[in-house]
Amino acid sequence: MIRRREGLLDGALIVLVILIVWQGLYAYAGAVALTPPWQTVRYAIGLFGTPSFWGHLRGTLAAFGWSLLISAVLGIALGLWLGAFRFAGDVAEPMLTSLYTIPKVTLYPVILLLFGLGPSAKIAFGVIHGMIPVVLFTLGAVKTIRPVLLRTARAMRLSPMQTARHVLVPAVLPEIASGLRVGFSLCLLGVLIGEMFASQRGIGFLIINGINSHNVRLTTAVTLIVILFAVGANSALLMLDRRLHHSR
Amino acid sequence: MTDATAAHAVLHGVTRVYPGANPVHALGPIDLSITRGSFFSVVGPSGCGKSTLLDVLAGLSPPSAGRITFEGQPVNGTVPDGVGVVFQEDSSFPWLTVRDNVAFGLRRIGTDPAEIARRVDHAIGFMGLTDFAAAYPAQLSGGMRQRVCIARTLVLRPRLILLDEPFGALDQQTRLLMGDELLRLWRETDATVLLITHALDEAAMLSDRVGVMSARPGRFIDLLDTGWPRDRDSRIVSDPGFGAITARLWSSLRTESMKAIGARA
Ligand SMILES: Nc1ncnc2c1ncn2[C@@H]1O[C@H](COP(=O)(O)OP(=O)(O)OP(=O)(O)O)[C@@H](O)[C@H]1O
Ligand SMILES: [Mg+2]
Repeated sequence: MIRRREGLLDGALIVLVILIVWQGLYAYAGAVALTPPWQTVRYAIGLFGTPSFWGHLRGTLAAFGWSLLISAVLGIALGLWLGAFRFAGDVAEPMLTSLYTIPKVTLYPVILLLFGLGPSAKIAFGVIHGMIPVVLFTLGAVKTIRPVLLRTARAMRLSPMQTARHVLVPAVLPEIASGLRVGFSLCLLGVLIGEMFASQRGIGFLIINGINSHNVRLTTAVTLIVILFAVGANSALLMLDRRLHHSR
Repeated sequence: MTDATAAHAVLHGVTRVYPGANPVHALGPIDLSITRGSFFSVVGPSGCGKSTLLDVLAGLSPPSAGRITFEGQPVNGTVPDGVGVVFQEDSSFPWLTVRDNVAFGLRRIGTDPAEIARRVDHAIGFMGLTDFAAAYPAQLSGGMRQRVCIARTLVLRPRLILLDEPFGALDQQTRLLMGDELLRLWRETDATVLLITHALDEAAMLSDRVGVMSARPGRFIDLLDTGWPRDRDSRIVSDPGFGAITARLWSSLRTESMKAIGARA
C-alpha cells in the first residue's frame, strides 16, 4: 500500500518539477519558444477533439505497440537463449553493451535504406532502441540465477521444458520486468524520433511540423501529452516492478 | 552387512575431481553400501567432500571414477526415480508461497489435485508450517525455509532421502525436535535416509550407522554401528551408550578436523 503511494508520489513530483521548470523557461524565453502551462493544457485538451490528431495518435500508438511487442518477444527470447549458452552470452554481452551506448542516430540511414519511409521504419527505430535493454536484463538474470534452483529442478527430474517454464522463467521474471520498463521508454523514444525523421504521420511528426511552421502552441501541447503519457506509464510499470521484486 | 539384497545404494571406488586449471580432488576413493531402510549419517570436517558425495550419489554430477548403483541400477548423470534431495543451501522458490513450494514436485508429475492437497497439508503440518502456508519464503526465517525444502522433498515419497545439513540453520532445541520428527518419518515410510551433518550428537542420536570422513579428499576413516532400537527418539541422549558413541566419533574426527583448518596435531 505504502509502495503504491510512493509510485504515485514520484509521478506527481515529476509533474510538479516539470511545471516549475516550464514556468521558469517561459519567463526567460517568452512566447516565441513555448506557451505557458495553463494555456497549453487547454489547447492539449482541445486537440483530443480534432479527428486529425486522433489519426496521428493512432499511428504512433500502433507503431509503438508493435515495436514494444517485437522488442519484448525478440529481447526475451534472445536473452534466454544467450543466457542458456554461457559462451555465446559471454561473447554477446560486451557487444550488446557497446551497441547500447552508441548513439542510434548513426543507424538511421541504414534503417531507412532497409525499410523505406513509413510505419515499418518507425517500428524498426523503436525496436533498435528498446530491444537491447530487454536482452541485457534477461541475459543478466539468467546468468545470475542461483544454481541451486536449477539443481532442484534436476533433483525433481524436470524435463528441460518444465525447467524453463516453471523455474527459469519465474526466477528471471522480475529482472525481465525491469528490462521491459526501460525498453518501454526507449521504444517510445525510438518511435517518436523515427517519426520526426522519416514519417508524415504520428506524434513525432506533429512536433517537428509544429517547430517547422512556428506553431509553438502545437509543439508545446503535444510535448506535454507525450511527457504525461511517459511519466504515467513509467510509474505504473515501476509499481509492477516493485511488486514483483517484493516477494523476493 | 553388505549383502546384495539388503544394499539400497552402493558406491564402488567412487572419486570426484573437479576439473579445471587447478583440478580439485574432492572425494574418494569411496566404497560404501547403504542398507535398505537404514538411517546412515555422514560426519566430516568442513570442505572434506560431503556435499560432493551427495551430488554423485544423487546423480547430479558424474563420478570421475568408480560406479554407483541405486536399487541395482547404475546411476550416471541423472537423478533416479525414488531419490529425494534436500540441499545444504536454501533452495525454496521465492516466487511461490509455502504451499505452492511444497506442491511443486507433485504438480509436475500430474498427481491428482485432491491427493496433492492431502499430502501437502500433511507435510506442512508435519514441518510445523501450517500458520505460514500462504507466506512467501522471504517472509520466513532461514530454518523455516529449510523446512519448506524438506517438506517439498518428502511429499514426493522418495525411497532414498539425501539430506545435506538440513538442520544447520536451527537452534539446538528445534534441531533435537526436528530430529525426532525425522526419525518418526523414517519409521513410518521405511525409506532409506542419508543425513549429512556437522553435529556429532545429532549423528550419534539419529543413526543406525555413522560414517566419519577424512579431510579432503574425503574417504571413510571410520564406520560405526550404533545398535539403537528402531523406535528411538532424542531421549537416548541420556543413554550411557550415547556418550561413548559421541566420544568415539570425536576421537576419529579430531585430527582430521585439525588438518582441515590447517592446524598441527
Ligand atoms: N564446483 C566446484 N568446483 C571446484 N571445486 C569445488 C566445487 N565444489 C566443491 N569444490 C571443492 O571440493 C571440496 C569439497 O567440497 P564440498 O562442498 O563437497 O565439501 P563439504 O564437506 O560439503 O563442506 P561443508 O561441510 O563446508 O559443507 C572443497 O575443497 C571445495 O572447495
Ligand atoms: Mg557441504
